[in-house]
Amino acid sequence: MLSTTADATARSAGSTLPKAATGISGFDDVTLGGLPEGRPTLVCGGPGCGKTLFAMTFLVNGATQFEEPGVFISFEEASEDLVQNVASLGYDVQSLVEQKRIAMDYVRVEKSEIEESGDYDLDGLFVRLGYAIDQIGAKRVVLDTLEVLFAGLGDTDVLRAELRRLFAWLKERNVTAIITAERGEGALTRYGLEEYISDCVLLLDNRVENQITTRRLRVVKYRGSAHGTNEYPFLIDDQGISVLPVTSAGLSHATNDEAVSTGVASLDGMLGKGGFYRGSSILVSGTAGTGKTSLANHFVDAACRRGERCLYFAFEESPAQIVRNMRSIGIDLEPWIASGLLRFEAARPSLFGLEMHLAKMHREIEHFKPDAVVLDPISSLRGEQGEVHSALLRVIDLLKSRGTTALLTNLISGGHATDSTDVGMSSLMDTWLSLAHIESNGERNRGIYILKSRGMSHSNQVREFEITKAGVQLLKTYLGPNGVLTGSARVAREAAESAEQIRRSEEGNRKRRELERRRAAVKRQIAELQASLEAEEDEVSEWLTQDEAREQTYLSDRDVMATRRGAAE
Amino acid sequence: MTQADFDAFDAALLNEDDGEGEAVEDGHYNLRLYVAGKTPKSIAALRNLQKICEEHLAGRYRIEVVDLLERPQLAAGDQILAVPTLVRRLPPPLKRIIGNLSDSERVLVGLDLRKEG
Repeated sequence: MLSTTADATARSAGSTLPKAATGISGFDDVTLGGLPEGRPTLVCGGPGCGKTLFAMTFLVNGATQFEEPGVFISFEEASEDLVQNVASLGYDVQSLVEQKRIAMDYVRVEKSEIEESGDYDLDGLFVRLGYAIDQIGAKRVVLDTLEVLFAGLGDTDVLRAELRRLFAWLKERNVTAIITAERGEGALTRYGLEEYISDCVLLLDNRVENQITTRRLRVVKYRGSAHGTNEYPFLIDDQGISVLPVTSAGLSHATNDEAVSTGVASLDGMLGKGGFYRGSSILVSGTAGTGKTSLANHFVDAACRRGERCLYFAFEESPAQIVRNMRSIGIDLEPWIASGLLRFEAARPSLFGLEMHLAKMHREIEHFKPDAVVLDPISSLRGEQGEVHSALLRVIDLLKSRGTTALLTNLISGGHATDSTDVGMSSLMDTWLSLAHIESNGERNRGIYILKSRGMSHSNQVREFEITKAGVQLLKTYLGPNGVLTGSARVAREAAESAEQIRRSEEGNRKRRELERRRAAVKRQIAELQASLEAEEDEVSEWLTQDEAREQTYLSDRDVMATRRGAAE
Repeated sequence: MTQADFDAFDAALLNEDDGEGEAVEDGHYNLRLYVAGKTPKSIAALRNLQKICEEHLAGRYRIEVVDLLERPQLAAGDQILAVPTLVRRLPPPLKRIIGNLSDSERVLVGLDLRKEG
């Protein structure tokens, strides 16, 4: 995003002042395109503030990215030493020299070895420089540090006249040049070189505050071009130099309606949308040992499960330690790290200053392009309250502008979260989870509640949670006369409830058994009645059968009688 | 500046086929004068040098003039920064004197032909 605006600006500025891109991320944004093309730029600063590395980066990037070969004239270090020194930044200058994309020349000036007798000029330097430029068709030149000449040559009047001629000559040759100079007392440079080079002046600085050094860069002047005027922190490490533009991304970032899981199902349930909004910022604050990191890692685990990229800035624990600790609560981060979805960036907060951390984070984020970022914990970032606040604001702005979900943990010293968390921080956060120890009945138990969650309804309940072998688990809430019951009070309540339940279920069972018995009794009675009825029926039918037999007998007897009587008749 | 000066300059110019580091007898001085073009400063330097050598090193010196405009690649080797620069290549150690050599005292000190002071 920043680069596109810079490109656009560079193009629009191109008509007025052509610029030579340095390829130093951030710097070309600040200067809207780079250094003035075909002109000398003065880079001044105290010892060890990165002048030489800045200049070398300009050349190396020119040779490798912009097809502009460069000449490095060193007055301080032998070429071999220089090649070795910049190898630590990942620059293979030696092979660039072999490919004739960079030429190096070491001009040794040692006063004790030089006797002066009569007039001279610096044509020798011009010849060497001109020769080096012609050899490789250089477009870029670095003179590091020209001021050594003041110590080596006695006649400063001649020297000043020659330097003036040199800068004019460089412009004539149409090379983009960097001239480095030592910072002087009360002036930009010790020998007043800024008098001769007025097109562009950069000031590098390496300040120590609270025993922490921070490198900063400022564009003191840039004739014919707009430029950022702030002091910008910059980084020098194994990936070269990067300058962090302090400019805020503004509030124009797109919002997202999609919710992402917190990684704890029961916590999702407390949030109206079933999770955090994607691209929102979440603060998890709590005192020591309340489970901030565990919660953060649940979130990370859930994100990785969805196949999203996570960047985890650990300021207090080493990645190995976090991985081990999380394994103990059932979160296995190893596969995510192995598959490249999860990356840990661990650095002690005291290792560099706040701005450096910021610059580093900025670069890592640009580089890794994560979907979710965890900062654990922000409370260990040291510095003035205001500085920390503005630094975090910038990180959050950056993350929001990229649509990255950010989860920040904050260690607070006790009491209410709102007491010890910078209230200004709150306004930056979309969702704020507060973890607290709930102290009662001689126990400390963990409680969680949602202090706020912008743009969604959320539970207002304080929930107790446990960190178990299977991770963070929110427990059922039991409300007692004094609020939510936690710990053994909850357990007691749970026991009481389960006893009651057992009693109730026994009662039911007893009733069921009684009913059963009754049903059996009734059935028995029915069977008895049935049996007596059947007996009666049997008796009656027996009787009827006998009666019929008797009738039959009677009839037959009568017939016999009649016959007998008939015979008599 | 006379035609003779120019001729002397041309005569002393180091040629492509001049051997490097040829054997020089003990006590011989191998001097190289680096200049940038045939400027008055260059000519004056050579004239001054020849004069000093004739006075102090008659018969045991050799002067080569290197015009850096023609052979710029030689500038880095002898760490030439200012011109004219006189380099005493032999006898060791290597010595450098910059300027048009108008101050012969300084030149003699520089060439270790006279102790300073």
